[in-house]
Amino acid sequence: MSFLEFSNITKTYPGVKALSDVSFGVEKGAVHGLMGENGAGKSTLIKILSGDQHADAGEISIDGKVQAYASTRNAFDNGVIVIHQELQLVPELSVAENLSLGRFPASAGVIARRRMLDDVGAKLKSAGIDIDMRRKVKTLSIGERQMVEIAKAVMLDARVIALDEPTSSLSSRESEILFKLIGRLRGEGKVIIYVSHRLDEVFRLCDSLTVLRDGKLAAHHQSLKDVTRDQVVAEMVGREISDIWGFRPRRTGEVRLKVDNLSGARLRTPASFEARAGEIVGFFGLIGAGRSELMRLVFGADPRSGGTITVDGKAVAAASPHDAIRAGIVLCSEDRKHDGTIQGRSIEENINISSRRHHTRFGVLSRTSEITTAETFIKKLKVRTPSRKQDIVNLSGGNQQKVILGRWLSEQNIRVLIVDEPTRGIDVGAKSEIYELLYQLAEEGMAIVIVSSELPEVMGICDRILVMCGGRISAELARDQFAEKAILAAALPDKKTPDAIAS
Amino acid sequence: MTSRLKKILLGEQGLVVIFIVAFALVSLLVPNFLTDRNMLGLLQSVVTVGIVACTMMFCLAARDFDLSVGSIVAFAGMVAVMASNATGSILLGLIAAITCGAIVGWVNGVVIAKFRINALITTLATMQIVRGFALISSDGRAVGINSPDFYQLALSKLLGIPTPIWVLAVLFAIFGFVLNSTVFGKNTLAIGGNPEASRLAGVNVDRTRIWIFTLQGVVCGIAGILLASRITSGQPNAAVGLELSVISACVLGGVSLAGGRATMPGVIVGVLIMGIAENAMNLLNIPAFYQYIVRGVILLLAVLLDNLRSSALGRR
Repeated sequence: MSFLEFSNITKTYPGVKALSDVSFGVEKGAVHGLMGENGAGKSTLIKILSGDQHADAGEISIDGKVQAYASTRNAFDNGVIVIHQELQLVPELSVAENLSLGRFPASAGVIARRRMLDDVGAKLKSAGIDIDMRRKVKTLSIGERQMVEIAKAVMLDARVIALDEPTSSLSSRESEILFKLIGRLRGEGKVIIYVSHRLDEVFRLCDSLTVLRDGKLAAHHQSLKDVTRDQVVAEMVGREISDIWGFRPRRTGEVRLKVDNLSGARLRTPASFEARAGEIVGFFGLIGAGRSELMRLVFGADPRSGGTITVDGKAVAAASPHDAIRAGIVLCSEDRKHDGTIQGRSIEENINISSRRHHTRFGVLSRTSEITTAETFIKKLKVRTPSRKQDIVNLSGGNQQKVILGRWLSEQNIRVLIVDEPTRGIDVGAKSEIYELLYQLAEEGMAIVIVSSELPEVMGICDRILVMCGGRISAELARDQFAEKAILAAALPDKKTPDAIAS
Repeated sequence: MTSRLKKILLGEQGLVVIFIVAFALVSLLVPNFLTDRNMLGLLQSVVTVGIVACTMMFCLAARDFDLSVGSIVAFAGMVAVMASNATGSILLGLIAAITCGAIVGWVNGVVIAKFRINALITTLATMQIVRGFALISSDGRAVGINSPDFYQLALSKLLGIPTPIWVLAVLFAIFGFVLNSTVFGKNTLAIGGNPEASRLAGVNVDRTRIWIFTLQGVVCGIAGILLASRITSGQPNAAVGLELSVISACVLGGVSLAGGRATMPGVIVGVLIMGIAENAMNLLNIPAFYQYIVRGVILLLAVLLDNLRSSALGRR
């Protein structure tokens, strides 16, 4: 019997079997990876562990004791802490208050502030977390917030800590700090469940690994010594994917998009670049390097203060996304949930929302034309859904991303496609489908600009990489010049130790 | 220069700056404004709005909304007058009024927190139901107060300052303390700032929300009693539109409608700005019809300011 034991966990949602008969154990003082494609059941398993959801059958035991939670509070009291992908902090409260939320030291309802600060201070110090606990959380960077989340677990003397995609929005430097902290927690004998899509991280951090597929246990590795990456990928997708990038050289044509000295309120240094027909241009950089800001300017989502944009030699006003779309530029934003999907509406509506004006006759919407468009793109982009009427929130991240791509592709005359972090939080299978789609579109003559924080991804699929750092374009490399070190060196603000991070 | 001005206006203390400027301007420009009598009158006039704003602040900070406050104030006033007339005991009348306020607030809270009905809709409904109660209880007529002692609630003075102003000051102090220094206050801000995080952190969100609405009812009860005493009768049509003045004052005081942000000093300033505007207009003999427009414009400016402040914060 392991310290943390999942036995025969089964969970059914209306119409879907999220988990069926999943059993595995994790030892004390181990970092245990949990991998699987979106919809494989990782989140459900974590929710059951945290007491947020109840299993229909099966049980979880810790240290030989069966856990029966009525609520997340119970799970806390039993030393189980889950750190969610979307950080659960209150921006207006201070670090110390956030760390004490739900269990303020108090007498007669009045918070004992001194005691709160002492408690929190002592715990932070012993965990080696260096953060000013009086600061309000809203003033912290994302990396610092992540630290606060982990500090929460430390505060509670957690026995089991589950981290759901903790590095998805961290820079590589912030990730390093996180990994160090995880190592320290492991040394203290905690059980750490590490959910991630990133094979590199899992292989680097984890002692053991469980792979889920379609709600079932696909593989359980007690040790990762003799396991290869390809093997894990195969276990996740249920088939071999030899080369997930599948790069295909293409012939490129004339310059399609030309951006000249573009600047705006959030991008002070004017930036210039171009993209040719059939070319895939990658923008790499750390979070906050100005990549998304530049793309938003190109798309007219933020007001531009100077510079010009031309598409096929014609100047684009780009005072608004509306103008940009008319000129043939579209942008898939990095924040799918916030800027992309229209939640609560069907796939069909999500696809048609932009191109609707093409489906009218004398101002009246043509239902058949909308249905055909939706069906066409669901098929073309291989969106996995029972029906076009499905609410978009019920789709996995990868499929949502495809729907959004479908929305833009249903626009006629797209010349420039800008995709910002198109594969963030998306599983390997859907990733390679999205890459394939990008190649196809490029072959059809589109100029594609992809913003990504994953170096292997930009190196894998792009014809050319532009590196941004501190709001400027700091380097440009053609495919035959791609080298990890050079790209990282250009992305780091202080030119310090690219080797340390590359390794 | 403009950026510095912007910084001051949109910063944490921006509101206080606006208040001081407005106060100074009005003192200089409006005759008879800065006199003892007028100052006390001004404070008297904001007692009802100010008292209710104490708990409306909690409500808004938790991302909720309460439209029923005006009706509760009127109903509680009726109950206070009728119960003390009937029993001959003012104390019983006061207890009855506060209890009725608490019950209405509790019902609001339970419906909103437990049955997950939108707060706007729920309190829109109770606003009308409770107003109905107030009208039915007296058949639509005002009810006079029998015992002259009841008037004393509003007329009596301590150190030369009328009792209602003391009550207001004490409530400001109490709720300021509750917001900043108690578990309840911090939980309220946490719920408004990130409901999911609060729930996952083990905060009893439902119970906290029910408490907020119940307190709101209690405080409306107190406001209703003082109002009835001041107008020397229970008026079923009293305090119509109060909810809007209170919410305006809170928003003016920097309470975010998106939840999670509220300060007592802000709310106090918000209440006073509303009071000063009204007072100055009365002193200048501006007809009541125009006052509506001014109040609307002030509210609009307040929301605009809130919006600017949020985006300024977001950029930082």
